[in-house]
Amino acid sequence: MALDRNLITRWQESKVLLLGGSAGSFKLLYRFVKLLPATLNKTVIIIIHRKKNFFSEIEKLFAENSRMSLREISDKDPIDGNTVYIAPANYHALIEKEGHFGLDVSEPVWYSKPSIDVTFESAAEAYKENCTAILLSGANQDGAEGLLKLRQAGALTIAQHPDDAEMDEMPKAAIKIDAAQYILHTAEIFELLQNTT
Amino acid sequence: MMAVETKEILTTAQLSELVDMIKKFHGFDFSEYTKASFKRRVDRIMMLKKLGFYDLKHLLINDTDFFQVFLEEITVNVTEMFRDPSFYKAVNSQVVPYLSTYQHIKIWCAGCSSGEEVYSLAILLKENGLSAKSFIYGTDVNTEVLKDARRGIYSLRKIKSYAENYLFTGLPGSLTDHFTIMYDAAAIHNELKQNTLFSVHNLISDTGFNEFQMISCRNVFIYFETELQHRILDLFYNSLCPLGYLCLGSKETIRSDAFKKKFKVVNQKENIYQKVGS
Repeated sequence: MALDRNLITRWQESKVLLLGGSAGSFKLLYRFVKLLPATLNKTVIIIIHRKKNFFSEIEKLFAENSRMSLREISDKDPIDGNTVYIAPANYHALIEKEGHFGLDVSEPVWYSKPSIDVTFESAAEAYKENCTAILLSGANQDGAEGLLKLRQAGALTIAQHPDDAEMDEMPKAAIKIDAAQYILHTAEIFELLQNTT
Repeated sequence: MMAVETKEILTTAQLSELVDMIKKFHGFDFSEYTKASFKRRVDRIMMLKKLGFYDLKHLLINDTDFFQVFLEEITVNVTEMFRDPSFYKAVNSQVVPYLSTYQHIKIWCAGCSSGEEVYSLAILLKENGLSAKSFIYGTDVNTEVLKDARRGIYSLRKIKSYAENYLFTGLPGSLTDHFTIMYDAAAIHNELKQNTLFSVHNLISDTGFNEFQMISCRNVFIYFETELQHRILDLFYNSLCPLGYLCLGSKETIRSDAFKKKFKVVNQKENIYQKVGS
């Protein structure tokens, strides 16, 4: 399997990696986090849908298995160039142009808080072509609109192949509005992420 | 084919033009609101009302009622009773015992929106037998939400989710013990409303109005830039009695060294602080 040269170059040039997932994406995200090298030199932002009040040990589990430093986003956290950030439950996470995170408790989007759309849209404005975004398995349409905004801003946008997604509604919604520049199988996403400089 | 983007996207320059204009015409200063979140709210209002940038400016200048509508939409009024159950658990075990030693307990709930947090605290105090000597002031910049707060009536759909939060606090009672349920809504008991007062207060431009044993201001700082947060921390410091408690949102940490000297951490995870120093 050979990946498109342009795809690899665009990924390697990205300063930011955005990962959005919902139902059926947890294990995949866990494996991605485990795979990323300590010297990735990119900011990684993960938005995964989850319920408030259930203290899932996502951060703990991910942090224990990540070679990069990993933390849950707190208000006004400065955005570091080599750290994995996870959006907290019951907040939307936004990116301020001055290089720090902002949180927001406003209405859920697609019944979700954190919403992938909200973070993707603000990343589109803050980072434009400097990021790679991957939309994974999920059972609703959150993320599709945000992925489109990123594509329009010049970012590299990828949807997980619906055949490989445990829940295909989310990547399908993105593909339907032509938000994904590349539709990749899970194995190809793994291969891409390992192509680090 | 690419989907056609029809919505007008505000530029940074247009946004600051809007902020300046609102300050000039309405005396309301949004310049230190966090930009990404403020922009999202303005985009949202333009989409909801189907307005272009010039329509929006025109309405803000010429339609006297529109600014109130704008203000209601810009400020985020999403709140819950017993949001972050672990916070209430911490207040119950780490703050209430100290509050109970005072003859009168005055609490300021800043940015109270539709009152859910005020009533959550009122319930917590009642369950500790402290109702008779407590008084809770709820303030917000938004006059409309304060009307809802005074009414204290919430939809059953909301109450169901609040009851779930309550369950996670581990408090002994049940949330519905404090409400009268009628049809599809629930009204908070009058005895809990008695010791509350809701009034308009703008954290950006208004001064303190009393001395409190506890101030709760949760999920308000996330909308403010750091310098503004510091000015409000000063206001809170000056409005607390010695050793009074300050509660911020669970993702709102005091980072400045100067303020770390003025506020001792009581609970790191829940961001509960205590006034120390002079």
